[in-house]
Amino acid sequence: MHLDAQALTDFARGCAVLGSGGGGPVADTLPVAAQAIEECGPVPVVAPEELPTDALVLPVSLVGSPAVAAERIGGRGEAGRLAARVEQLHGRPVAAVMCGEIGGQNGCFTVSWAARLGVPLLDADSIGRAFPRLDQNVLELAGLSPFPAVLSDEYGRTVVLDDVDGAFLEELARPVVAVFGGRAVSADYPLSAGQAARHAVRGSVTTALALGRGEDLDPVLTGKVASVQRPGDGAASVLLEGTGGDAGRLVVLRARSEFVAAMEDGRALALVPDVIALIDARTGWAVPVEEVRYGLRVRLVTFPSAAVWYTEAGLRLAGPEAFGLAGLKREVAP
Amino acid sequence: MRIGIDVGGTNTDAALLGDDDRVISAAKSPTTPDITSGVTAAIRALDPPVDQVSAVMIGTTHFLNALIEGARLAPVAAVRLGLPATAALPPMTDWPERQRAAVGGHGYLCHGGREFDGRPLSPLDPDELRRTAADIAAKGLRSVAISSVFSPVAEDDERRAAEILRAELGDGVHLSLSHELGRIGLLARENATIVNAALRDLATHIVESFGKALAEVSVTAPFFLSQNDGTLMDVDFARTYPVATFASGPTNSMRGAAFLSGLADCAVVDVGGTTADVGILQGGFPREAAGESEAAGIRTNFRIPDVLSLGIGGGSLVGDDGETGPRSVGYRLTEEALVFGGATLTATDLAVAAGRADIGDASRVAHLDREFVDRALARIAERLAESVDRMRTSAAPLPVVAVGGGSVLVPEALPGFDDVRLPGNFGVANAVGAAIAQVGGEVDRVFQVPDGKRESVLAQAREEAVGRAEDAGARRGTVRVVDIEEVPLAYLPGGATRIRVKAVGDLDLNHIKTGAARHA
Repeated sequence: MHLDAQALTDFARGCAVLGSGGGGPVADTLPVAAQAIEECGPVPVVAPEELPTDALVLPVSLVGSPAVAAERIGGRGEAGRLAARVEQLHGRPVAAVMCGEIGGQNGCFTVSWAARLGVPLLDADSIGRAFPRLDQNVLELAGLSPFPAVLSDEYGRTVVLDDVDGAFLEELARPVVAVFGGRAVSADYPLSAGQAARHAVRGSVTTALALGRGEDLDPVLTGKVASVQRPGDGAASVLLEGTGGDAGRLVVLRARSEFVAAMEDGRALALVPDVIALIDARTGWAVPVEEVRYGLRVRLVTFPSAAVWYTEAGLRLAGPEAFGLAGLKREVAP
Repeated sequence: MRIGIDVGGTNTDAALLGDDDRVISAAKSPTTPDITSGVTAAIRALDPPVDQVSAVMIGTTHFLNALIEGARLAPVAAVRLGLPATAALPPMTDWPERQRAAVGGHGYLCHGGREFDGRPLSPLDPDELRRTAADIAAKGLRSVAISSVFSPVAEDDERRAAEILRAELGDGVHLSLSHELGRIGLLARENATIVNAALRDLATHIVESFGKALAEVSVTAPFFLSQNDGTLMDVDFARTYPVATFASGPTNSMRGAAFLSGLADCAVVDVGGTTADVGILQGGFPREAAGESEAAGIRTNFRIPDVLSLGIGGGSLVGDDGETGPRSVGYRLTEEALVFGGATLTATDLAVAAGRADIGDASRVAHLDREFVDRALARIAERLAESVDRMRTSAAPLPVVAVGGGSVLVPEALPGFDDVRLPGNFGVANAVGAAIAQVGGEVDRVFQVPDGKRESVLAQAREEAVGRAEDAGARRGTVRVVDIEEVPLAYLPGGATRIRVKAVGDLDLNHIKTGAARHA
């Protein structure tokens, strides 16, 4: 399979759904990926098994503020420089790029890197959706080490973090990214193709493409946004009012950086780590939390994320309590 | 007295307003390719006492149309300061082919730019800029768009680059700087700047034509152009920032509609021949669209009114199922509609059949099944109400003002909206909107907001916006802040917050006089 200019828009639309309202605006990285494909050709997408088990996989994600990334839209040489540094640390060539976060703007960003490096994109990712913290990923759950984690920017400024655990990576990376001016690319939790096959979220690129084509999207509710409250700190509460066949239904969405709960009559319809997306009925694109506003006609779509998020460890790292939803507990999946 | 003129694609509308803001006379005449004769015809039809006219306000769609057609655009050198960042996407790469070809597609990537907090990111390289200037000169380009990373936070690099390029290219070169036009979001801001640069020659020509038209009808009062946000710009400004006129059409129409009905907060439904455009007025100004907007397929970040269009107009075709639109007979209404002896059932025929309008020959629709007519009209009302409901920002009661030639389709009450008004002179609402325009000033950039300093930072931003309005010609003491927006930027330290403040005030007549002397 190849990602070409035509498939890219579907892929981007699917990534926006998987962002669960977060992960940064896809509109900012879609043209970057389109340009990279235009210059370097379509990107081959491969399953981890198609590579030798010890092949080096480079997981990348854009970290920091999406507002900064909207100004510093990416350099031409940064992918090559960061890959070279990672190859030097590991003593072998990068065989493929993997998306560190499929949800939101990182999906397309990673495609641009695969195109520029001339390596395949793995049909897998580290989260299966979007989460705000660097250590909220399934490789952390699998016990993989985040180091050597390499943070770098368009200017070639590079920081290598060694011997850090996931929580410390998150703590250390934030001030580093701030000094970088609020935008960096992180290659953390480096892994082999064999490890990716065992531990990463499988089929993420395929899933995004299918979602972007509108497959597998039966709405939980069709309605309109009846009110939006933003108490600050990126938190939001959105009231949805059912229309048509759903008239009379009221659903409340709660958001942190992403939508984390959908409640109806005091009962959770969906709860993080479920993906909760609001699709604009007019455009067909998932709406980021910060762009939701009164009157928008929407379809509410929810579905479970990767199974590993529903284990005890998964819920501890990114379950309702990790997002401050006191009193909303999720059952550990059997 | 003031004259408001709206030069649309089809018609040039004009209205003469007294000093008490009453509409004294109104006129419509066809827009002409040479601009001048259409404007003079409209003013002559108004028959104003020319020596009592103190100002003329003109709204025009010329610049937007030029971009859509890809015609009359000047070739542009797009200079971006940001290397080594931003090289992943050179200027104009995601433009439609027609527009890129029309401006020549000349992009230059140079060093420069700032961090979000104003720290230098990559030093400006004067030699690189001089080499760039040499290439620009060799290609014969006379208009340059300069955009720099985070220039809305720190404009210094754009200014320095402009000085260097001007020194190399001479005083005749047009320079458009992105920090004066757009907001955070490099590509959209750069696009707006390039489009502006491409319109500079046309702006000079159009401003001259308007001046000539006024001279022909002996109007000596100064004239102003309407901006996107419903405020005015003087002639110098119009020549420098033509792109700021792009969305003035819907803005003037909405503001005029509200003014004619005496409302400052309302929904406006402008029903034309093919579409109904729904917008919301808050404090007398249109609510603006969030995020980015597109102009002719180009991502920009102008502030434009948030307008929802639906395919219902006076010329819309009515199907056997009672659904109206989106297909329309458009300007052929007077030939094809049943009431005009045609063979096509249009929305206008429904209104006549129901006795709501007296247009054409009512006997030609007498045969229509009354129940069918009522059902189709009720469905139109339902869809209009749905659009208004979608646009409103709260559940509080909201009056609806209906204007435009197709407003006969709007009943006296819409489902969920009891207060529907159809003001007089609605046919020239856009010209009235131009005539009542005020002068504005705006601040829109990223501020550092340390803990406990929010109030003082906001006060500083307000003061700046008021100062800018006064500089633009607003009378001191009349300027008020009409909009404040604060958006904290996620994942950034130091309380980085995007703050936008907009202030407007009345046009200062003394300022007009000095202004007139300056432009003479």
